[in-house]
Amino acid sequence: MSAADLLRRSAAELADALASGETTSVELTRASLDRIADVDGAVHAFLHVDAEGALAQAAASDARRAAGAPASALDGVPIAVKDVLATEGLPTTCGSRILEGWVPPYDATVVARLRAAGLPILGKTNMDEFAMGSSTEHSAYGPTHNPWDLDRIPGGSGGGSAAAVASFEAPLALGTDTGGSIRQPGAVTGTVGVKPTYGGVSRYGLVAMANSLDQVGPVTRTVLDSALLHEVIGGHDPLDSTSIDQPLPDLVAAARLGASGDMSGVRIGVIRELGGEGYQAGVQQRFDEAVRLLVAAGAEVVEVSCPSFVHALAAYYLIMPSEASSNLARFDAMRYGLRVIPEGVENPSAEEVMRATRDAGFGDEVKRRIILGTYALSSGYYDAYYGQAQKVRTLISRDFEAAFAQADVLVSPTAPTTAFRIGEKLDDPVAMYLNDIATIPANLAGVPGLSLPAGLAPEDGLPVGFQVLAPALADERLYRVGAALESLLEKEWGGPLLDRAPALEGARR
Amino acid sequence: MPEISRDEVAHLATLARIELSDAELDHLAPQLSVILESIASIAEVAAADIPPTSHAVPLTNVFRADEPRPGLTAEQALSGAPEAEQQRFAVPRILGDEQ
Repeated sequence: MSAADLLRRSAAELADALASGETTSVELTRASLDRIADVDGAVHAFLHVDAEGALAQAAASDARRAAGAPASALDGVPIAVKDVLATEGLPTTCGSRILEGWVPPYDATVVARLRAAGLPILGKTNMDEFAMGSSTEHSAYGPTHNPWDLDRIPGGSGGGSAAAVASFEAPLALGTDTGGSIRQPGAVTGTVGVKPTYGGVSRYGLVAMANSLDQVGPVTRTVLDSALLHEVIGGHDPLDSTSIDQPLPDLVAAARLGASGDMSGVRIGVIRELGGEGYQAGVQQRFDEAVRLLVAAGAEVVEVSCPSFVHALAAYYLIMPSEASSNLARFDAMRYGLRVIPEGVENPSAEEVMRATRDAGFGDEVKRRIILGTYALSSGYYDAYYGQAQKVRTLISRDFEAAFAQADVLVSPTAPTTAFRIGEKLDDPVAMYLNDIATIPANLAGVPGLSLPAGLAPEDGLPVGFQVLAPALADERLYRVGAALESLLEKEWGGPLLDRAPALEGARR
Repeated sequence: MPEISRDEVAHLATLARIELSDAELDHLAPQLSVILESIASIAEVAAADIPPTSHAVPLTNVFRADEPRPGLTAEQALSGAPEAEQQRFAVPRILGDEQ
């Protein structure tokens, strides 16, 4: 089997190939590392590649398989990890100068679970600094490029993870989603991404932006692969006090059931407020076509209204910066990370060192959000802003409750547009924030969401994302509906959407 | 909603322990005003009788047995420190000369 053939297979297919002895983990891992060497100069999905470590883990995996004792179904399938997750022995920068070169002394729980399941870790993927952004342009280490068009953004904040799987550098990746950072990059790169129910996956070792919104999840090329990875990383963790202490639903079975394409008896709610005005024509068109496919497959479709969703963006941009300004206080130049001694100050105080360090170590978007959060939490403004935002959060949860009384899942376009050009919105924060308008409500209410490719927008030939939302703890519904739509669409297309992405060989930056 | 002034941004930056240069203040202050303007509508949305939500999932205290368990070694804990001395984090002076 050729390396090129291996690279394009899904993780589920690779797991089968490993189980049957058709390939080895060392062969797979080497193919991924070679692919990274070939195309990552152009894509820049990775901030750090650990070739030696990944190959050693692959060899250990092959030894387990040879002994007839694989650690999991995915044992030996390589994976990329977003740089916001602590990895013992591997640099973890969160895309920030303030953590340049920091090597954590411990693993995030999700990383420990990857290691226990035998997945070789290829390296750490690029991201907007501290996951603040929708384009990966706010990385201190330079932007990631969209494999569909290298002049365009791959989404954010997890643009590195999405681009890594879209460019066939890795079959799997981990992302994190605070307001859409898994789903929106999935949408604009033609890949699959899942934000699990809040508390469904441990946040221990995830460098926090907004604790009440952050969630780790899978970044893959197929719905089944996301289910497989979700089962590896999910479930209760005593190290995270918000972790849900009950077993995960059977996600892989739901994905396999959905793949038949039969949607009989499934009620699908189209959210009136997430579509129409403000959504690119080709995005809306592909979304509407996908809904019609689901109807043809037996689904019952109803329109639902979530009137408070129009205030979700405003509530999010108060709650998230408030939590972030508090969380990022830990970067104080004392215990880890950068320390900058201010120039021209004799015997500077700890406070002066802190101020100089945080100015030098944080980028513009981080500074904007810290200041915004500090403002929203200051006395005199607290009730008008943070307090109001928390009430809006209640209204959004009630909207979801009412909508889920009428439908099993809710659907919308994942993002209002396809990928825009690098640089286009960099200095227009409000325009940038609008990218997450359809993904944010799920984070505010804690419900799970999935994005999968719905086709290419006719006007620009770029991927469009289709979002599925389910009630809290009912993540299996995402996989059933997602896998069904995926198989219906691929039947129409005659293969995966990514088959139409440009070859990147020889592309250089 | 009051507009956020350049002086106010400077004050907030001080509270947040970020030393902003004049050029940064010129750049960031107008952007913050625009952001605030775009979220101003929130003040009129929810009525007084709506309870606030801080977490999507109801939280309860989580306890574990009060038993010792391994943590980081001193060497691990200090491994990322900008400066360490005698198994401790070495920090700049905390107090002023006059204190």
